[in-house]
Amino acid sequence: MSAPDDRVSAACDLVVVGGGPAGVAGALTAALRGLNVVLVDSGARLGGQYFRHQAGAAHTATPGLDRFLRQGRALGERAEVLLGHQVWTVTRDGDRLTVHCQTPDGRPVAIRCRDLLIATGAHDRPLPFPGWDLPGVLTAGGAQALLKGNGVVAGGRVVVGGTGPFLLPVAAGLAGAGAEVLGVFEANGGLALARHPVLALGKAGEAAGYGLAMARHRVPYRTHQAVIAAHGERELEAVTVARLDGDWNVLATREVACDTLAVGYGFVPQIELGVELGCQTRPDADGMPVLAVDGRQRTTVDGVWAAGEPTGVGGRHLAELEGRIAGLAVAGAPVPGVLARRRRRMRAFGEALHHAYPVKPGWQSWLRDDTLVCRCEEVPVARVRAALALGATDARSVKLLARPGMGWCQGRVCGYAVACLAGERPRPPRRPIAQPISLGALADLDTH
Amino acid sequence: MSDVIVIGAGVVGAACAYYAARAGLDVTVVDRGPVAGGTTGAGEGNVLVSDKEPGPELDLALLSNRLWGELAAMGGFEYEPKGGLVVAETDEVQKQLVELAAEQGVEYAVVPGADLRGYEPHLAEGLAGGVYYPQDAQVQPMLAAAHLLRHGAESYGHGTLHLRTGVTVTGFTRSGERVTGVRTDRGDILGGAVINAAGTWGGEIARLAGVDLPVLPRRGFILVTEPLREPLIRHKVYTAAYVTNVASDSADLETSAVVEGTPAGTVLIGASRERVGFDRTTSPRVLARLAAQAVALFPVLREVRVIRSYCGFRPYCPDHLPVIGPDPRAPGLYHACGHEGAGIGLAPATGLVLSQLLTGARPELDPRPFRPDRFSSGTPVEPSPESSRATEESA
Ligand SMILES: Cc1cc2nc3c(=O)[nH]c(=O)nc-3n(C[C@H](O)[C@H](O)[C@H](O)COP(=O)(O)OP(=O)(O)OC[C@H]3O[C@@H](n4cnc5c(N)ncnc54)[C@H](O)[C@@H]3O)c2cc1C
Ligand SMILES: Cc1cc2nc3c(=O)[nH]c(=O)nc-3n(C[C@H](O)[C@H](O)[C@H](O)COP(=O)(O)OP(=O)(O)OC[C@H]3O[C@@H](n4cnc5c(N)ncnc54)[C@H](O)[C@@H]3O)c2cc1C
Repeated sequence: MSAPDDRVSAACDLVVVGGGPAGVAGALTAALRGLNVVLVDSGARLGGQYFRHQAGAAHTATPGLDRFLRQGRALGERAEVLLGHQVWTVTRDGDRLTVHCQTPDGRPVAIRCRDLLIATGAHDRPLPFPGWDLPGVLTAGGAQALLKGNGVVAGGRVVVGGTGPFLLPVAAGLAGAGAEVLGVFEANGGLALARHPVLALGKAGEAAGYGLAMARHRVPYRTHQAVIAAHGERELEAVTVARLDGDWNVLATREVACDTLAVGYGFVPQIELGVELGCQTRPDADGMPVLAVDGRQRTTVDGVWAAGEPTGVGGRHLAELEGRIAGLAVAGAPVPGVLARRRRRMRAFGEALHHAYPVKPGWQSWLRDDTLVCRCEEVPVARVRAALALGATDARSVKLLARPGMGWCQGRVCGYAVACLAGERPRPPRRPIAQPISLGALADLDTH
Repeated sequence: MSDVIVIGAGVVGAACAYYAARAGLDVTVVDRGPVAGGTTGAGEGNVLVSDKEPGPELDLALLSNRLWGELAAMGGFEYEPKGGLVVAETDEVQKQLVELAAEQGVEYAVVPGADLRGYEPHLAEGLAGGVYYPQDAQVQPMLAAAHLLRHGAESYGHGTLHLRTGVTVTGFTRSGERVTGVRTDRGDILGGAVINAAGTWGGEIARLAGVDLPVLPRRGFILVTEPLREPLIRHKVYTAAYVTNVASDSADLETSAVVEGTPAGTVLIGASRERVGFDRTTSPRVLARLAAQAVALFPVLREVRVIRSYCGFRPYCPDHLPVIGPDPRAPGLYHACGHEGAGIGLAPATGLVLSQLLTGARPELDPRPFRPDRFSSGTPVEPSPESSRATEESA
């Protein structure tokens, strides 16, 4: 019998998974050095988390978009860009890797390569709270998607909550699109608004822009406050906003009527492709597992490189820089000292952000017994606690006994919360099937 | 000091602990991980009589089948006697299936090809027929293990049951030849008897006691689909090839998909069998084969998406029988491991028989075919298992 790897649709030097700032910069840099490059992204457009949604919308001036679009066009001339392709696994055979994808119409595509750059970004890290499953409650990333301008936002009454600097562009974007942003509630604090975005976004011009936008739309920014419950019959009608102590225990509450809530408590780097290939991980400053890389973005596995959020959350500038470094390194070119130094500085900065915007344990006191932890499998807090009482000692055994994380999203949404409830640090995800694949497409790989 | 120390909080250890406590013994269960974190957490939960040839394993399975029904009545986990349908592609195979069924002495019904759709409306065209086994059942193994431990601990008036998770056994305490307890990373625990219910790691535990037990890992992958809106598959359905694969001695990959729907709406497709040590690397080749076989049985599944796969390591012995009973080479040590792909199904009978051996009661069935020292005489002992660098992360 021959292996499914024999059914290779294409072969190249480098496959880049992810078309955000890291992946595009990496692919372009390597292509400019003469490598034969294929970039794969599941989205319908290039851009990743930050640029994809804005690409069509003229009304929001997204900082950096022009530059990104230029890079994307240059890439299109020099490399093959496969959009709408989901990578579900990568296999190794000797010194060759095979990237297995599925097209939107369910066709399997396999690309063989020598090197692989993992630039798969991160996804939102929500925390559960009573009512978070109501229609109208969005993640920060989900709110960004709304900004595509489908009219839902304009005229809406929006509350933004969570922690971290990326709440600001979300609020500014929503306000710019015509929503009434009733407030940004930052659960941490300490940094004054004036300094905050500068520190946070690392780019004074951009930061000042968000500050100005917030001021222009009179968006209140409140620290040590959080949305701890959402209310509504069928959809969101109001939220409970609480004043918090340093550990996020509730000091006082009030209700705010609204129809949209955007919440974000940081990000989960998407590292499953690397984990399955055996790449070593390390805990980032916030405890999230990320792929360990050296100064050239090389993971601990031969031929496998990583750039952007999978090596640690740090924003789009760092992502692009890491992509460039990876592109040079894969092509065998030296990495200029100036890039290496800038990367070190920005990484340190990313870590400082994690320290400034941690998740504090008090959020668990916002939960009620019937608050859903896992929405796919509808697992309430009480069932997670029952699993712990039955002898589960970690997130995996909680999952085996109570099913959180077994559903459609495979724990991407609830994994962090379940780990916290189990009292452990989040572990590297094990998802041998990184993206859903139809049984038919999988069966077609069988050559028997 | 406990009367009995059970090493392993998988489904087999849980059943041993439960029945020992019921028999009036004080029991301590230790596991290096959580409850059901080993192979039990990677199993499917089939409680099958259909796939077993007549003999000691089938006797154990029939006893277990009855016991699972009783245990489930205590609550906490589901036991669903949903029935199994074994299908044959050709008339020749159908004839063999019917012959086997007649020898097994279990309940069955022969299903002619034309009637298959009455059992499973979405089965592929052109199958020759099948045999239906109403006793085949399903348990959720992780919840079953956890609740057996809990019910054991709550059965007042009997012995006591203590569960200690996060405790790794590193050796044995001895008094002369006799095993008097276990050494762990949390100190020594003394007991009147020690039960090795460490599953695939049972061989390593035996070695700590200085005895040889040839338990080896046999890897299996399972595919899980997205939840379906309406159930498409009613029973456990598999082809006749499954029966020969289960009993095979080959190290090579063997797959014969067992397809079934679950209460959560997902379809489970298991499982492959191959001997590759404790290697967890995902093999698209194996997953593709499982998918192809499932789709061949149920073409309607083509469009259904797989959302995860996981693998585990069945604890298997060269003669495909579990090891149950006292080890004469290390007095005080009992074994209850090596159940291969049937440990969930066989757990209650294993626990019951072992508790009877511990208390000197007459065992419900003849335990001799399962005796631990059977390998040293005659049967060649295979090399010791690959080092267990694999942690039991799977599902
Ligand atoms: C609400 C919000 C606001 C933000 N605001 C700012 C800001 O103002 N300034 C700033 O610097 N940063 C901001 N960020 C962060 C910024 O989005 C990220 O730092 C940046 O996108 C990281 O780039 P990346 O290339 O690493 O990953 P991404 O941009 O996330 O790109 C990853 C790509 O990989 C693809 N992918 C992943 N897995 C697969 C797979 N298996 N198969 C195929 N494709 C796959 C995804 O579809 C995605 O397109 C914000 C983020 C959010 C959520
Ligand atoms: C893919 C797959 C599908 C399967 N499907 C089925 C099925 O449908 N039906 C069926 O009946 N069976 C099935 N099986 C087989 C079944 O899962 C096993 O036979 C059964 O789970 C074994 O249970 P156990 O309690 O013996 O072992 P385990 O569940 O592995 O328990 C052993 C425990 O011992 C602990 N341990 C090991 N070493 C130490 C130490 N030094 N100190 C402390 N603790 C230790 C481990 O942590 C572990 O928790 C399947 C197996 C696989 C892999």
